[in-house]
Amino acid sequence: MFRLDARAMPVSERTHMARYPKPAEGSWTEHYPELGTDTISYEDSTSPEYYELEREAIFKRAWLQVGRLEQIPRTGSFFTKNIAATDTSVIIVRDGEDVRAFHNVCRHRGNRLVWQDYPREEISGTTRQFTCKYHGWRYGLDGACTFAQQEGEFFNFDRAEYGLVPVHCDVFSGFVFVNFAEQPSQTLREFLGPMLLGIEGYPFDQMTDRYAFRVECRANWKVFSDAFMEFYHAPVVHVGQHPSQLRAAITEMGYEAPHYQIDGPHGLITTAGSLHRVWEMPPENVKPADIATRSGLFGPWNKSDLGELPPGINPGKIQPWGLSSFQFFPNFAILIWEAGWYNTHQFWPTSHNTVIFEGNVYSLPAKSASERVGREMAAVSFKEYSLQDANTLEATQMGLEAGVIDQFPLNDQEVLVRNFHKVVGDWVHEHRRERLRG
Amino acid sequence: MTAMPLLPTAFADFEPFAETWCLGTERERWDRRMSSSIDELQTFYDAVLPRVQEAIEYCDQVPLDDMPDDTVNLLRLIYSFVIVSFPVELWRQPYVPDTLGTSFDRISEPLP
Repeated sequence: MFRLDARAMPVSERTHMARYPKPAEGSWTEHYPELGTDTISYEDSTSPEYYELEREAIFKRAWLQVGRLEQIPRTGSFFTKNIAATDTSVIIVRDGEDVRAFHNVCRHRGNRLVWQDYPREEISGTTRQFTCKYHGWRYGLDGACTFAQQEGEFFNFDRAEYGLVPVHCDVFSGFVFVNFAEQPSQTLREFLGPMLLGIEGYPFDQMTDRYAFRVECRANWKVFSDAFMEFYHAPVVHVGQHPSQLRAAITEMGYEAPHYQIDGPHGLITTAGSLHRVWEMPPENVKPADIATRSGLFGPWNKSDLGELPPGINPGKIQPWGLSSFQFFPNFAILIWEAGWYNTHQFWPTSHNTVIFEGNVYSLPAKSASERVGREMAAVSFKEYSLQDANTLEATQMGLEAGVIDQFPLNDQEVLVRNFHKVVGDWVHEHRRERLRG
Repeated sequence: MTAMPLLPTAFADFEPFAETWCLGTERERWDRRMSSSIDELQTFYDAVLPRVQEAIEYCDQVPLDDMPDDTVNLLRLIYSFVIVSFPVELWRQPYVPDTLGTSFDRISEPLP
């Protein structure tokens, strides 16, 4: 264990990288031999044609997270989610214990059914039925068409045949997922697999204090995701988040994760908690505002009591544990922090080189002003470093699009990046083969 | 200064900053930070830092869902202190270095 005090840190510890044991094969990358160790191409992130393939092969076939149950607390609660990659908007609606998803399209002449003021924007609300703004057709919460204006003027018309088009929908730990395949090849639980199912039982449903962020950036969705699959960049891009006297030592020390895991298309990176225990550091090495609010980069210092947690949130059994970042293929991540809060990242492509980045920070409801101030500090920190990521990734996209380099090396701390691009390639390849087979 | 104080009398020394920094949403606080000079941010930070823990303790005396207006204003001023602490303590300029090509908008947050 090391302390984040440059003076107390022996030079050997600052420069020696193998702080944590690697798998028997010698590296995390070689522990998963199908990944190989070669350089990789980033053509998958600069080509409009490749993006068209990804839309069909991935976004119309994978289970996609679209929101949380707390957004639809009672019968009739709904929200819409626009997904550019599939050219769709979906309505997610609660009907008793059921959660349903429908294409947000009126069956009469194709008008977008649910919107307000701006047809392109997402909305949420509570309703007894959905009424089309164009000709007044109405649909129940079960999607059935309940009213067609001047029904008698249609020909050979049976209203029962004109229900909303359903989308496959399922819920895991309060996260709502949809799947645009006609018949998904796996159930949601089969798709998630044992590693992600291992976080079931974490009290996501109780953590309703939510800070939500959103921006559209000029980077490929995978280039953007990459930066959230490795912390190798953290001691460089984010070093400024630390007091100036620590920065040189932090960059020199670099980053090493104590545990990586890959399960099917999904990944996990765990960070050790030694850097997170800010309150144990000499106060001159802590930002005064962090001391005042007892919070900061790694969240509030006073740990939230969440009761007993499922062992699956720290499958590497790392102690001291900092956080586990669960990467849900293709575009969602949940980061569970030791201090008793979690955040999510999601990356929605809008073209081959633009992406909507959504971030959420969740905690138990604050019981006091001091708890609320601690969460505010964590949410502000989240924005400060997310801005550093977002801006850097626009620069990366431009560099890649220059097209002067065709092969890039990835190190062992970038094993999830390597896996991610491989899985995307595998899904695209598989889809092409299926199409050729007809 | 306005005729009616915005803050509890115990924090009258923050009153000169109240109109500028008692802002209800992060978006307003962010915009105010970005349109301020680093000297203005430093002045506000220096004034609040010595008493910020005391101010938090003051807000703790009333429940979050039943706060008098002056206490809500004090809490909002503390939030502004938080967002201003980054340029003052780290960046030495209002914005995060190397981030002017993008933004990251907070679209919802718990209130107050």
